[in-house]
Amino acid sequence: MIRFDNVSKRYPGGFEALSNISLELEDGAMAFLTGHSGAGKSTLLKLIAMIERATRGQVFVDDRNVSRISRRRIPFLRRRIGFIFQNHHLLFDRTVFDNVALPLIIAGYRHQEIGRRARAALDKVGLLSKERLYPITLSGGEQQRVGIARAVVNKPLLLLADEPTGNLDPELSREIMDLFALFNQVGVTVLIASHDIALIEQLTYPVITLNHGRLTGPAGLSA
Amino acid sequence: MNHARSNRRRSPHHWSKSLRRRLSPRTWLLRHAQVAFDSLGRLYRNWVSSLMTAAVIGIALAMPAGMYLLLDNLDRLSGSWDGQASLSVFLKTGVAEEAAATLANKVRGWPEVAAVTLVTPVEALEEFGQHSGFADVLGALDENPLPVVLLVTPGPGHSDPAAVGTLQEKFRALPETELAQLDLQWVQRLAAMLDIARRSVVVISALLALAVLLVVGNTIRLEIQNRREEIVVTKLIGATNSFIRRPFLYSGIWYGVLGAGLSWLMVETSFWLLTGPVQHLTGLYQSNFALQTLPLQLLSMLLGSGIALGLLGSWMAVGRHLSAIEPS
Repeated sequence: MIRFDNVSKRYPGGFEALSNISLELEDGAMAFLTGHSGAGKSTLLKLIAMIERATRGQVFVDDRNVSRISRRRIPFLRRRIGFIFQNHHLLFDRTVFDNVALPLIIAGYRHQEIGRRARAALDKVGLLSKERLYPITLSGGEQQRVGIARAVVNKPLLLLADEPTGNLDPELSREIMDLFALFNQVGVTVLIASHDIALIEQLTYPVITLNHGRLTGPAGLSA
Repeated sequence: MNHARSNRRRSPHHWSKSLRRRLSPRTWLLRHAQVAFDSLGRLYRNWVSSLMTAAVIGIALAMPAGMYLLLDNLDRLSGSWDGQASLSVFLKTGVAEEAAATLANKVRGWPEVAAVTLVTPVEALEEFGQHSGFADVLGALDENPLPVVLLVTPGPGHSDPAAVGTLQEKFRALPETELAQLDLQWVQRLAAMLDIARRSVVVISALLALAVLLVVGNTIRLEIQNRREEIVVTKLIGATNSFIRRPFLYSGIWYGVLGAGLSWLMVETSFWLLTGPVQHLTGLYQSNFALQTLPLQLLSMLLGSGIALGLLGSWMAVGRHLSAIEPS
């Protein structure tokens, strides 16, 4: 699902965030990406999400070379990826339902289909009863679950999460991780960037460790 | 995941196409209606600032529309004479009536002449007496001082000022002519002045159109900045640029529509305020001239230019500022 071939990323100004990274994450795998802050976790996710482009090397997502993809095609490829952010990036001027339905509206689904899928996603994260509320009235954990529902509503092949439990207490963090595991069980590839070592060690998934932009863990992952 | 593997050998072009969902025309229309409605709702939620923007556009549209309408009315006022532009050819006093009749017949044969009326000195004296109220005084005259006059109506296609001027020269060249006078020369002068005024309206309209573009552009720019976060999120979720552009373009259209509506109100109100004084004035001239208010054609032009300017202004703002917002 994800393959990095000798990838380096140097930002304007000369800071090299990633140096010569090669790794592979199989279809249907679930893995953690960890390392100290500034180790390059976010940069790695941004390369996969086509927010940044590699300076050297090639990044493949779902067998597509995203280092070479044209800007016009990026939106269509992003629809196959679900993103979860630390601060969940919900839109506070619309309801929980409208937030979750947004990817479907963007992708051009029909009205009935949007209602059906959005409610199914909300049901999976246990928030169906709160679809008419505004995100501001929800707790931090609930907001993050809305973010997850939005990320999975379009049935993505790949879920990327950047510090999804950064603002949550251990119990809620564990709930969120269980949710990811649930999606992984139905075939979604999941990559979670996190520095919550305690949480990661509780779980049995492979771990990619970055240190100052270099890999320190096992390079080829199989799950 | 197997279908993804099978895509491996296909060209990049192909698989990117396959990610696109084709919208049925009905879904597409519904989507646009929804976005248009959402944009309108957004304007309504900030109705004070929306109204102020729309009012600026309204004033900018109302000024040229009002001036155009005023000129149009003046034009109609002068136009009632304009169609009858004719020449009065005064013959020399030595020319007898019979000779004048022969001349009139000759002139009737000219292609640029539609009709010639011969006014004998007797007829002219009578008419003058009736209209001036000097009949008694004229009766005291020993002999009729008036010459024979030919009233010449130019033919169709020869009634514009230049052609009538040429005809005037042609009459002047005749040996029998004492004076060939263009009637209602002041109408032509008025027409010339109206031309200048009309040109000024065009220039002012262009400047005000530019002002509308800038106002809409600036309003949309602010809106884009306010919704920056939303734009970033929707881009990350896979929104295309046209998807993100659409609500802003509809906002621009709505500003144009509202502005056009307000300008219509302003023009109608102004003309309504003018109606009384104008009626008083025309009453003094024993004319039944009435001010004409916005015709449907002008109204649709207002609406059309409002929409076009709103759309263009927002398009410019969106083009400049949207591409600068990328997730990072």
